[in-house]
Amino acid sequence: MSNIITVKDMCLWYGDHKALNNVNIDIPEKSITAFIGPSGCGKSTFLKTLNRMNDLIPGVKITGDIRYEAKDIFGRDVDVNNLRKEIGMVFQKPNPFPMSIYDNVAYGPRTHGITNKVQLDEIVEQALRDAAIWDEVKDRLKKNALGMSGGQQQRLCIARALAVQPKILLMDEPTSALDPISTSRIEELVMELKEKYTIVIVTHNMQQAVRVSDYTAFFLLGELVEFGKTDDIFSQPKDKRTEDYITGRFG
Amino acid sequence: MQNQFLSEKRKGYEVLMKALMLLSVGLTAGLVLFLLVYVLMKGIPNITWELLSTKPSYLTEKIGILPDILNTVYIVLAALLIVLPLGVGAAIYLTEYASNRKVVSIIEYAAETLSGIPSIIYGLVGMLLFSNSMGTCLLAGALTLVIMNLPTIMRTTQESLKTVPQSYREGAFGLGAGKWRVVRTVVLPGCVDGVITGAILSVGRILGESAALLFTAGFAHTVLTFPLGMKSPGATLTVALYFYAKEQGEFGVAFAIAAILMVLTVLINFAAALVQRYFAKRRSL
Repeated sequence: MSNIITVKDMCLWYGDHKALNNVNIDIPEKSITAFIGPSGCGKSTFLKTLNRMNDLIPGVKITGDIRYEAKDIFGRDVDVNNLRKEIGMVFQKPNPFPMSIYDNVAYGPRTHGITNKVQLDEIVEQALRDAAIWDEVKDRLKKNALGMSGGQQQRLCIARALAVQPKILLMDEPTSALDPISTSRIEELVMELKEKYTIVIVTHNMQQAVRVSDYTAFFLLGELVEFGKTDDIFSQPKDKRTEDYITGRFG
Repeated sequence: MQNQFLSEKRKGYEVLMKALMLLSVGLTAGLVLFLLVYVLMKGIPNITWELLSTKPSYLTEKIGILPDILNTVYIVLAALLIVLPLGVGAAIYLTEYASNRKVVSIIEYAAETLSGIPSIIYGLVGMLLFSNSMGTCLLAGALTLVIMNLPTIMRTTQESLKTVPQSYREGAFGLGAGKWRVVRTVVLPGCVDGVITGAILSVGRILGESAALLFTAGFAHTVLTFPLGMKSPGATLTVALYFYAKEQGEFGVAFAIAAILMVLTVLINFAAALVQRYFAKRRSL
């Protein structure tokens, strides 16, 4: 299996504060990689670097080498909007736009120039089916998305991200604002999605990492402490700090 | 013993404070009511169809305020047409694009200061800036009002932009939308209510403005057309009110205009409240 993202010696500063120190990681294609670690360890920050969402925050400085499909994501010839189309994102809190369900899903394709109604209908239906929410919403596509439950909203956001046909889906604690039933639905969905997509998921919940992920990266105080197959990380961690964290000694 | 004495004292104190507050409420409410009733009673009997639909004539010695009504409408229209794109555009740039927070806060502070300046100063500046070059005319008046209302429109739009959740922007950027698309499709629809509220407040302010127009728009009472008439001088309702009361001693007409302005103001405040309620309902969906 090849690596879709490779990161070498990456550091990140918020102003004078160094938030990530010398991160090296290769993320394998069509698999689920989980980032775990205590709050403030830099896992979300690192995730948001991968599709350059950190560009939006003033005062962020990044050094090192981050490649997506062997191309430098900070290269001069990279169109950041295209990069974010290829590397989609689902956020911690469901954030559907205050529009209809249909318009939410169609937002991305329309952004990238698709106006044909028939084509849009197809994309919207496929995305909603992929996000396992089609049956629940097919009769009310014109209804405002803010009227849905939190779990539905999050699956809608996943559909919205899928509608632009990304290669990678970054998920920033996608279930932390949801109830257990919605959470398990999203987890099932994530495991189905890895057939077609590479998924990187940040989670606070170690059981979740064990349940869904193939690979796990453990972050602590801005450093990537350990990265490997999820089974290995949780059964025989190499680093003492990893062991302490997964056995609940801190965090 | 001691306690009982204290509580007596406290009770007296309570009663006294309550009485004082009732007194101030009574005075405030009384003054407002008196003003409303007085102006309406003096004004409404003087409002006739003839007054509203004719222009004044020195030959027949009749007074009509049709030109003043039209001029008011023209000035409101012209000022809004110019101030809205300017103010909203500036607000979008300052809130969504500008990266130098220091410059932005200086501009915001300046705008806030500007909106507290007495309007006669705007009149003075408008006279030198516009009336000297284009003559005393409605356009000069409208442009002066543009300067006067620019800070209001800009600040209300800015505040409204700030209420659009950051998560909407993130969501749109995360889908690969460019800056302008994010602003146009996600941010602006979320702040229409702020823009409309600002515009309505500005209309109210323009309606009530006289000092700035005395210098710039003149006192003429001829019926003009829009937009060509903007190049001619003309009095708005408030200027006409001043004119008829102070220069001609026509208090009946002055009170009629006052009553009209007051009713308009009530309508405008009502409209602003309606707009806000409509959008609040839509947002809570």
